Amino acid sequence: MDFSFGVILHNLPYLIAAAKWTLLISLVGMAISIGLGVFICAARMSRARWLAAAAALYISFFRGVPLLVQLLIFFYMLPHIGLDLPAIAAAILSVGMCSAAYTAEILRGAFQTIPAGQTEAAKALGIAPASYWRRILVPQALRLGMPSLINELILLVKVSSLASVVGIGELTRVAQNITGQTYRPLEIYIAAAAIYFVINLIISQLGRLAERRMQLAGGARLGV
Amino acid sequence: MEYELFLRYGPALLHGFGVTLLAWVVGSFGGLVLGFVIAVVYRWSGRGLRTLLQAYIELIRGTPFMIQLFILYYGGPGIGLVLSPVQAGILSFVVYGSPYFAEIFRSGFNAIPPGQIEAARCVGLTETTIMRRIILPQMLVLITAPLTNFVIILSKETAILSVVTVPELLYETQTMAAETFTYVEPFLVLSLCYWLLVIVTARLGQMVETRAMRHLKRA
Repeated sequence: MDFSFGVILHNLPYLIAAAKWTLLISLVGMAISIGLGVFICAARMSRARWLAAAAALYISFFRGVPLLVQLLIFFYMLPHIGLDLPAIAAAILSVGMCSAAYTAEILRGAFQTIPAGQTEAAKALGIAPASYWRRILVPQALRLGMPSLINELILLVKVSSLASVVGIGELTRVAQNITGQTYRPLEIYIAAAAIYFVINLIISQLGRLAERRMQLAGGARLGV
Repeated sequence: MEYELFLRYGPALLHGFGVTLLAWVVGSFGGLVLGFVIAVVYRWSGRGLRTLLQAYIELIRGTPFMIQLFILYYGGPGIGLVLSPVQAGILSFVVYGSPYFAEIFRSGFNAIPPGQIEAARCVGLTETTIMRRIILPQMLVLITAPLTNFVIILSKETAILSVVTVPELLYETQTMAAETFTYVEPFLVLSLCYWLLVIVTARLGQMVETRAMRHLKRA
């Protein structure tokens, strides 16, 4: 069998259309991941022992079980407990909840580098804990954790390929379907790999840009 | 929940667990060796080869494992590479892991003070002796933590092999679920198994790490 670029060119529009779903899963997953991750991180660092233990258990479970297994549990379990969500919701939710465990740990690492003097200063000034978190800690932690968070987003783009297993028409699934029609697996899967690669390249470049911007806006480095 | 199901499917699940372990151990070891070779070649090669290796690392790290597996398993026969599911699974595991291992090794190489290597060259040690007796012993201690970390990540990636019908733990569980129409319990038990595996491996890694690092703790 010779390598045929015609097959790739002919099917490229379908693959690119499917890549939108890949992006949707990873971006919404990332939003859930950060939103939930902040809370889990706060719980993990909380002084209430049971809350910290619960957060540690969450992190341990979601980091210790293959995402594919988590995805299947979500996919089969949600209807079982009466929650009839479409497959795409199960996929996004499982991706987001798994990633939240990692994000929580990234943020915890970032929080720990923020000087304790800031906490003391905020207390001395009488800033309420909630607004201290929202306006002082979280923005700094997000900036410090930026490189790791971008890394996590890239991981999510790759991991979204697992959603093909529960029948969501994202890039991998569509590549499988096209392969079924054309019997050209080598070309189609290489094209799909190239699209994933380009997406990740764009994200990492944008991330680098964002990092530079944040550093300019933030001035000196933190936590020295 | 029916426990007899697990008894009935016990042998199949156990066999699946064996395949998971096989793919994990052989795949990780192969990836480790290939990664080491890449890191060493990178260290000793010129600019052209370095760019090539860098491209390999970026390409493998920038694409999903599942797509790599599909290229190898479904696309392989197109270029005369016909593999059984298990062979394709293990081989793709080796390829997938190698760039990550290579990067860990590279960071390890960089952590050794260059003065030591210059001194070793001055006293006339060959490059292989420097690698074997000076760089490796110091470096392996430093990189135990990231190495175990990545090996743990690989243990979870074995689940993806089920997609190309490698009869590993997840595949056997899916078979059981499909034949008995019970989905939730098998997958919950399965996730507990993986969780246990990861926790045990992490503990083992920590033990190895404290043992390897004990000479550094005295300061």
